[in-house]
Amino acid sequence: MQQIIYFIKKFKYFLLFVFLEFIAFVFTFQHHSYHKSKFVNSANFITGGIYNELNSITEYLNLKSENKLLIEENTHLKNLLEQRNSVAPITINTVIDTVKYFQKYEYTVAKIINNNYTKRNNILTLNKGTNQGVTQDLGVINGKGVIGVIKNVSSNYATVISILNSYSKINVRLKNNTHYGTLVWDGNDYNTVQITDMPRQAKIKLGDTVITGGKSTIFPEGIPIGVIKNFEFKSQQYKKIDVALFNDMSAISNVQIVKNLQREEQKSLEQKTENE
Amino acid sequence: MNNLFKHILQFIGLSLLQIVVLNHINLFGYINPMVYIAWVFLFPFKKNKFSLLISSFLLGLTIDFFSDSGGINAAATLFIAYFRIPILKIICQKSDIDSPFFKLNNIATYKIFLLIFSLTMVHHFIVFSLEYFKLSDLDSIIYNTFITGIFSIFLSILGIILFTSKNK
Repeated sequence: MQQIIYFIKKFKYFLLFVFLEFIAFVFTFQHHSYHKSKFVNSANFITGGIYNELNSITEYLNLKSENKLLIEENTHLKNLLEQRNSVAPITINTVIDTVKYFQKYEYTVAKIINNNYTKRNNILTLNKGTNQGVTQDLGVINGKGVIGVIKNVSSNYATVISILNSYSKINVRLKNNTHYGTLVWDGNDYNTVQITDMPRQAKIKLGDTVITGGKSTIFPEGIPIGVIKNFEFKSQQYKKIDVALFNDMSAISNVQIVKNLQREEQKSLEQKTENE
Repeated sequence: MNNLFKHILQFIGLSLLQIVVLNHINLFGYINPMVYIAWVFLFPFKKNKFSLLISSFLLGLTIDFFSDSGGINAAATLFIAYFRIPILKIICQKSDIDSPFFKLNNIATYKIFLLIFSLTMVHHFIVFSLEYFKLSDLDSIIYNTFITGIFSIFLSILGIILFTSKNK
């Protein structure tokens, strides 16, 4: 016993170093495994509060580009509305007053109060949390495309795994055919992301539009992402497909959180089928 | 007491500088210098070495909280805090450091530069290795370490010259 106490006394400086380094590595490993970084994240009261204050100062600087984005989205929605009006007389209009019953997706407005795009694993912070109905695994989009998926939530803030993150994997497909692949990021350029797992029979041309595939329970189908910038087709396989994003990830501010109201139903059904 | 107050102010000042300004510089699109490690260079050599370890760990963790990076900065900052004295012993003669009158101001400028250079590069290498977390990305890790390291060293030396000159 005396030996142990003597040992601890003699090496206490080194032992403190090892102990603290161990804690730091535990946090790091937790951070690298999805869903586990419960403690160290910027969605807490202090960090979220400071970022909120900072954002209230800097948001005036990009009002111009935000307005442009809103106008573009408005035009797009008005065009959709016009298309709908021209189709309407053919179908029979039946108004069923079932609030949220046939609605599959629900959108909430939020603001990015901390944006990152230069690191390998980028994480954003939003100013909405559980008090506003935000939960884990919801999609985040804006008028131009996909931003990411919510990772952690506190009562008033949420962190988002950006599509510019090595752990982000989003189901995507081409607009003009239904072959789908997975959207990943290689960490080099924040305006370019990559598609993997694209089947070889898919016909890809430069300039093809890439949209979300709707094969996950997070994003609705058809949200724009970007256009094919270049690709390699070697030995009957797609080696590398680069996609130029529609979004400028360095200047995003107002976003929408997408909630799939039938997610639980779909998940539990899939779970049940898998277990049988 | 006065000294403690000065250190707390330095701690808060360095973390705010890093979080509010330096994490958003994005020079050439991706360079964000990490100057908060100047804390390790500026911490007095004759002070309790335990307080250096604990304070460096806390400073790194503060930066981690704000940049959502797990424990990456805490691990790297703690590492250089521990190896500050051993590296200094390699750079200078051992007898210099053991003397009770040892001060950083007394040793040659190029030796201080060497100390800052080596500690910064070690720190940045750990940060980027833990961030990429893949052996196949080694070229990106080394590239980022050097490019970001050069700017961090430049800014920390500039800051140290500006803020410590009146103490001489």
